Amino acid sequence: MRDADIRRSAFADGLRAMAPLLLAIVPFGLVLGVTAAGSVVGSGLGIASSQIIFAGAAQLVTVQLFDDHAAAVIVVVTALVVNIRHLMYSAALAPAFRDFPRRSRLLLPYLLTDQAFALSILQFEKNDDPAYRRWFFFGAGMGLWVPWQLATIAGIVVGAQIPESVGLEFAIPLVFLVLLIPVIRTRPGLAAALAGGLLAVVANGVPFHLGLVIGAVVGVGTGVALEKAGEP
Amino acid sequence: MWISVIVIGVGTFLTRLSFIGFFGEREMPGWMELPLRYVAPAVLGAIVLPAIVMPNGAVELLPTINPRFLAGVIAALVAYKWRNVSLVVAVGMGSLWLLDWLL
Repeated sequence: MRDADIRRSAFADGLRAMAPLLLAIVPFGLVLGVTAAGSVVGSGLGIASSQIIFAGAAQLVTVQLFDDHAAAVIVVVTALVVNIRHLMYSAALAPAFRDFPRRSRLLLPYLLTDQAFALSILQFEKNDDPAYRRWFFFGAGMGLWVPWQLATIAGIVVGAQIPESVGLEFAIPLVFLVLLIPVIRTRPGLAAALAGGLLAVVANGVPFHLGLVIGAVVGVGTGVALEKAGEP
Repeated sequence: MWISVIVIGVGTFLTRLSFIGFFGEREMPGWMELPLRYVAPAVLGAIVLPAIVMPNGAVELLPTINPRFLAGVIAALVAYKWRNVSLVVAVGMGSLWLLDWLL
């Protein structure tokens, strides 16, 4: 295949992989837009935060804290702690990004989200061509970025008309469930997922959404310990 | 507020760039390879399980009180067999709505 063909098909694969996840992302973006517009943050900064921060949970927490008149320092620290999970994604993707050109390596991480991470880590196992990987990540990243901007703006301009009882937010764990199954290939992998899940449940009340990070760290530790103990 | 949002944006970008940027030109230490293999299952498990067993903040598995657990189990079986995101989301959401309507 010609270089340009690889890029085009990789970019399209990334967009296609992200498409079904939009079912969960668009309602979230709408809610964020509505919440921002009705808060002290306002429409302009609400829209801008989708480009500047581009991380839904952190954006929502920022809007809520400002609306509760929290001190700026508290808002910044909380949002950054909520986003600390990106360190793990960055570490897990770093070996693949080493083969990318320098400019891509420095710019593409802007598009690194939960969704882009989960889709990419799976796709990178199937295809180790650096050009393919780079354009797949770019496709998946833009496949989330553009709808996220539009959903935020739509929420601000039009308002959300989705009743909560529809439960569309349940699509989020469903999507990650599909992505979880193929990354469990061994018994330590299964143990890592179970330990991560259980600890996240136990640590659910921990502030700053840190239950996720605690679960992930314990999950990784469990997987490593079992593999070292010789589990297949 | 604008300044805070910009600081959060820069900080968020730096966490995303962190390891990718740092190990762009340097060798990654060998001991990191093993734990990194378990980041994906551990994180995804930590995202999925609480959302299914405790959507309202307390663990609840009975379908009459929390239909999401049963709907999640059904979706997991479908995901195990087919691994198609659209299909699993459709089955999971359909199961949730059906259980909500039945119970």
